[in-house]
Amino acid sequence: MKPAAFKYALPRTLDEALALKAEHGDDATFLAGGQSLIPAMNFRLAQPEVLIDINALDELAFIRTDEESGDLHLGGLTRHRDLQFDPVIAAAQPLLHETAPNVAHPQIRNRGTLCGNLAHADPASEFPAVMLALKARLRLQSTAGERWLPAEEFFVSVFTTARDDDEMLVEVALPAAAPGTGTSFLEVARRPGDYAMMGVAAVVVLDEGGTCGDARLTYCSAGETPMAAKAAAAGLIGGRVANEDIAAAAEQAKQEIAPVGSVHASVDFQRHLAAVLTRRVLHRALDRATVGRETRKVAGPC
Amino acid sequence: MLKALLTVSTRVNGRDYKRVVEPRLLLSDFLRHELALTGTHVGCEHGVCGACTVLIDGLPMRSCLMFAPQVEGREVKTVEGLADGDKLHPLQQAFRDAHGLQCGFCTPGILMTLTAFLEDHPTPDEAEIREALSGNLCRCTGYQHIVDAVLIATGAATGAATGTSNGARDGVEQD
Repeated sequence: MKPAAFKYALPRTLDEALALKAEHGDDATFLAGGQSLIPAMNFRLAQPEVLIDINALDELAFIRTDEESGDLHLGGLTRHRDLQFDPVIAAAQPLLHETAPNVAHPQIRNRGTLCGNLAHADPASEFPAVMLALKARLRLQSTAGERWLPAEEFFVSVFTTARDDDEMLVEVALPAAAPGTGTSFLEVARRPGDYAMMGVAAVVVLDEGGTCGDARLTYCSAGETPMAAKAAAAGLIGGRVANEDIAAAAEQAKQEIAPVGSVHASVDFQRHLAAVLTRRVLHRALDRATVGRETRKVAGPC
Repeated sequence: MLKALLTVSTRVNGRDYKRVVEPRLLLSDFLRHELALTGTHVGCEHGVCGACTVLIDGLPMRSCLMFAPQVEGREVKTVEGLADGDKLHPLQQAFRDAHGLQCGFCTPGILMTLTAFLEDHPTPDEAEIREALSGNLCRCTGYQHIVDAVLIATGAATGAATGTSNGARDGVEQD
């Protein structure tokens, strides 16, 4: 239960950190919050020879909205605590604010980082699914340069992403929410903060007449990657969303995902939870989308 | 730049310490073995049980999920830093009054978690207390007397109300 020996570096600039990674490649690992990496090291499932601690990279500690576009930019040292409490984040992307309390426990959220969480790519984790729902773009940087990837292309499989060995995930950009956007996240876990048996994020956009112009439904603990139920969401677009549309989306979504089951929840139970949660998040997201607009004429069980 | 041994200078419970350590030394082991502050307990060593929770610059974190060099220049508070001499911290006193501990193994982590929680939430209700406790495992108490202790510490219940488990609950509810 003690980590294997490693050499430790605490670079002060991103260039320094990337140069170290380029030099040591696979033998080196970035240490961000360490709330998944250090347990793996304690179990000796991970035994990096070189640990590059990025916590002193002040240039990655930023949270800002772009004045023109309204896009939210989160630097690589944005912690779960910030997602829960930062007023800039809560105003720009309330879905992050709503989701954060579901992620582990306060002690973990005080330390863990969003980018570390995404790079870890645990399909049971909430934030990867939320990134799909919010159409996040991720900036990867190496000594060779940088590239932006949509979240959809970033998550490849269980604990596997499109990040190359010499790259660091340095920034997440979230496009500004369109007027009339409503979002919601809900999950079912055995205790607050435990891994969810199923979690669902919904984003809906209503125009002034109440017509749904865009919808996304994404899931955690629902497959080898965060999952999007695209057909289910597409069925909501183009009209006013009635109770039967919500029910149909829930039935469609539970077939679209690919949960693998566990000792705590069978595949059938996970699909059942997905349908129930899909209905609930859609009602909540639609209600939020209509705040300040025409009242939605649908009252349903939540 | 790459180091196999590091000097760590840090302040723990108001006192400055300087030690040379291997970077792989966990903060929990640094506190216990290098500084002889054995109040911080080590349970699971993978971030589940919460027994090793300490405050880093005022925020509760798992000391088993940090390396000792990461507290360089930072301020750490452990359970040894709660009491003022012989006078227990009000939350410690409430734990004593409400029988909020049995074997006591989880208690240091719970005290550190809850002292930070109570600074942000001075008058929590029972549900909020239970959620704040969700990152700390206790296998003895069933949590009820811990919740009672917090309610006593916040003035929502009186110490006299404690007794048997049911008595304590009744006492709390009557308040």
